[in-house]
This record gives sequence, structure tokens and C-alpha cells, in this order.
Amino acid sequence: MTAIPTSASTGGIGLTLRDVRRAFLGGVVAVDGISLDVAPGEFVAILGPSGCGKSTLLRAIAGLDRPTSGLLQLLDPNAKEKGDGGRALAYVFQDAHLLPWRNVLRNVAMPLELMGVAANERADAARNALEQVGLGDAMRRYPAQLSGGMRMRVSLARAMVTRPRLLLLDEPFAALDELTRQRLDEMLRGLWDRAGMTVLFVTHSIAEAAFLADRAVVMTRRPGRVVIDHRLTLGRERSGATRTSEVYVREMRVLYEALERGDRGEPA
Amino acid sequence: MSIAAWVKRLLPPVTPLVVVFAAMEVAVRMGWVKEFLVPTPTSVFHALFTDGAGSREMWEALLRTAEGSFAGFALSAVLGLIVAVVLTSAGWVQRAFYPYAVFFQTVPIIAIAPLLVIWLGFDLRTVVASAFIVSVFPVIANTLAGLLSVDPALRDLFRLYGAGRVATLFKLKLPSALPSILTGLRIAAGLAVIGAIVGEFITGGGLGGLIGVARREQRVDKVFAILLLSALLGVVMFSLINLAGRLSLRHWHASESAS
Repeated sequence: MTAIPTSASTGGIGLTLRDVRRAFLGGVVAVDGISLDVAPGEFVAILGPSGCGKSTLLRAIAGLDRPTSGLLQLLDPNAKEKGDGGRALAYVFQDAHLLPWRNVLRNVAMPLELMGVAANERADAARNALEQVGLGDAMRRYPAQLSGGMRMRVSLARAMVTRPRLLLLDEPFAALDELTRQRLDEMLRGLWDRAGMTVLFVTHSIAEAAFLADRAVVMTRRPGRVVIDHRLTLGRERSGATRTSEVYVREMRVLYEALERGDRGEPA
Repeated sequence: MSIAAWVKRLLPPVTPLVVVFAAMEVAVRMGWVKEFLVPTPTSVFHALFTDGAGSREMWEALLRTAEGSFAGFALSAVLGLIVAVVLTSAGWVQRAFYPYAVFFQTVPIIAIAPLLVIWLGFDLRTVVASAFIVSVFPVIANTLAGLLSVDPALRDLFRLYGAGRVATLFKLKLPSALPSILTGLRIAAGLAVIGAIVGEFITGGGLGGLIGVARREQRVDKVFAILLLSALLGVVMFSLINLAGRLSLRHWHASESAS
């Protein structure tokens, strides 16, 4: 039985991508020469139109898919042992993808169970993760009894339960209504603030990218390339007031123009 | 449920039955239809319940057939599940062996039942084998479909957390396939009863054997009584699986878990 990795204290994992390209059988090029450096603990939004290869990129970073060419490296400043990479990562999909036959607590404990963590230890960790997303009192309920927003929070807790040092999110709140989504954005930002992991957040929403991230990478439509790599000038504290601030609106404009350029297929 | 609710629920299916029985009774008693062609419902009732040794023989035959059907069905459930799991272990395994699994679906059981007797003898083993052969394919096919349609995102998640083949099978694939497996079992239950009765046509004994006797004696009332009993057996098996399904899937759907 392994203990729960207490990696949160050791900060996030950095990331280096050089000319990453992914072509699929049949000649479709999803990602075409992406280069990117992400510092440990950074919150980066990857913004682009639907079908621009954002998800392909994220899957490649997670090790679920292999780039056709290029270099993709995870830089773990505190790595003690090699081959531990898989456990330091967590992935959140567009839909919650919970196991319908397990209650909320056992869904959240699932990653630890697969990693061989002892039962009482993983239950404690799952309870803790659920409290962080405000679902401390829904632990015995089943996914079918939850609203879409609650299910997504369970999914987030499941990702956080291993205390990942790199959290990958693939349009996680895209299917939710605006208010729920804003609340979850704020919750995610809070989780990041406390845990300090590196976050890569894929989205097609300008507002979401501007609100959440410290840095936004805007991609062209397929084959995906980088249009701009933009550092947002919003402060570390984000709240409801951020959404109406002048800086926020200005940043949204920058991202909007970049997105427009990308849609015309003009890389920077 | 209240009595009124039960009446409301049972009235629609029971009404046609009553009308048809009444029509049969009248048609035969008035001499419009000959009694050796269609029995009166009262004579069927007599054969089932008030015919002394004859009735007892029928209910005993029902138990024999139930035994053969259950055994054949259980064999189908276990082996069908194992075969489906093995078939999904690798692409080439499925390509190599699935066509032969399909063979079971096309076996004309009537034609090979005599062969089973030669191989296995005039006893329960032939009946069980016959029930098994006709009921195993739906289990294999539905389980296979279930195992192959596991949510790809969840597969990715299991990979990400380093789950092995065994953990993925028992914690993801089989539970995901449960609704499909239950569909297969439901179909198999009815087929197992048919398979057992066909087997008994050849070996004698059970409901199948009794039908043969009643037919030779031209006792249509007995034939109908036996048909009712075999239908009863099918319904009981089907209901048991439905119950098992409802219990095991009760958390999957909001409608069933909310109450």
C-alpha cells in the first residue's frame, strides 16, 4: 500500500513543448508545431475555436496520446523517482464521467483505489477533497441524484484527490449554465490558489480564459498553431468584481482579436 | 400499491384473457368447435388442478423442466460471460473466435437434440445441454457489446491512474456492461425454457415429455395445460432476472433511486 502522495507542498510541474505536431491517419493535422513553456505553478488557459486541436494537445501532455513529432517534456523540480509521472497528473473532461454504480465518496476515492492506497486513507482524502468543492454533505448520494454542476464538482474533487501537481482540464464547465459555471470558475481558482499546482485549462470561452488564467495561449483553427501567448494583467485575487473591471474587459478584447485572427488562419 | 391501483394495472391485460376464455368455452359447448381441436378452459383447469394423479404428474414435470432450464441458463450465464470477457482480451481473439460463437445462434436445436442424446444419454444432461446451446449466444453477444462500449473517457482515466487489466475489468468494464449483460440474460432465460422442453421431446420426462404423451393421446386439454405451465416457468425466470436487474441498477437512474 502506497501512501497518498503529498506533492502539493512541493509545487507544480513545469512543461516544455517544442514543435509538437500530431497528425492522424488519413492526413488530418490536429496540432501543427506548438511550442510552449509553462512554469511550475502557472495557471494557463488554452483558448481556441472548436476542433482546433486543444484536446489533442492536452491528451498528448497527459500521456494518453503520442505526438507525431516534436518534444514534450514534463519538468518536475522535486521528482525523487522516475516513472511517477502518471500519479502527479489529473485530468478533467468536459462531462463529469462518474461511475453511476458508485456513490460520490467512492467515485472520488477511485483514483487512490487504483493506485493502491489503503481504504481508510483514501476515504479520508476523498472526504477532504469533497469538502474543498463544497460537497461534504453529498458523499452518500449517487451521480444520478446530482445536478450537472454538482456532478462536475465531484469530477473536480476526483481530480484533486491525488493532490496533482499538474491539473489538465478539457472544457470542463462548457456544458453548464452561466451562473454555475462562474461559481465553478471561482472554486477552481481557489483550489489552485491553495494547492499551487500547475493548471492547463482548455476552453473556447474568452470570458472564462480571461477570468481564470495568468496567461492565455490562443490557438488558430485546425491545424492548431499558437496565435498569441498573452500574460494577463489581472491580479492574483479574482472575484465577481473582476468580471466587471476595466482591465478584464480590455483583456477580453485582446483575446477576442487574437481569436479572430486565428479563425482567419493567421498565426502571429 | 393500493388495491385500486392493482385493479387498474391488472384490468387491461386480464380483460382480453377473460373474453377469449369465455369465447372458447361457449364455442366448444355450443358445438361450433370440436372439443378434440380446442379444449374448453374449464377442462384445461381440470387437467391442471383437479385431475388427481394426472395433475400431480404435470406439476412434477414442471419442476423437472425448471431444473433443466435453470441449470442450462446458469451454464449460459457463467460460460457466456467468461467467453465474452476472453473475446475482448485482444482484437485477434475476437476475430478468430467470435464467428464460432455466432454458430450457437444458428444451431437448429430440433435437429441436433437427437445427437445430444447419443452423446449424453437419455437424462438431464441432454436437457441442460439443449437449454445451454440455445441460450448462450445472447449472453455472449450482449456482454460483448457492453464490454466494448465502455466510456472512452473513463478508460483514459483508468489508464492515467495506472489501473491494470484485472482492475479495469472488474472496476470498470464489467460494471459498465451490466445493463447489457442483463438484457442478454433476460433473452437467455426464455430461450433456456424452450431449449429444455425441446430436449425433453427427445429424452422424455418433464413438460416436453408430457407434451409428447398428451399429443399421442390427442388430449388437447393436457397440451394446453402444459403450455400454460411452460409459459409460467418462462415468466418466473424472466421476473427473477428483472428483479436482480432492478436491484443491481437501482443507483443508475434518478427515477429509481430518488424514492
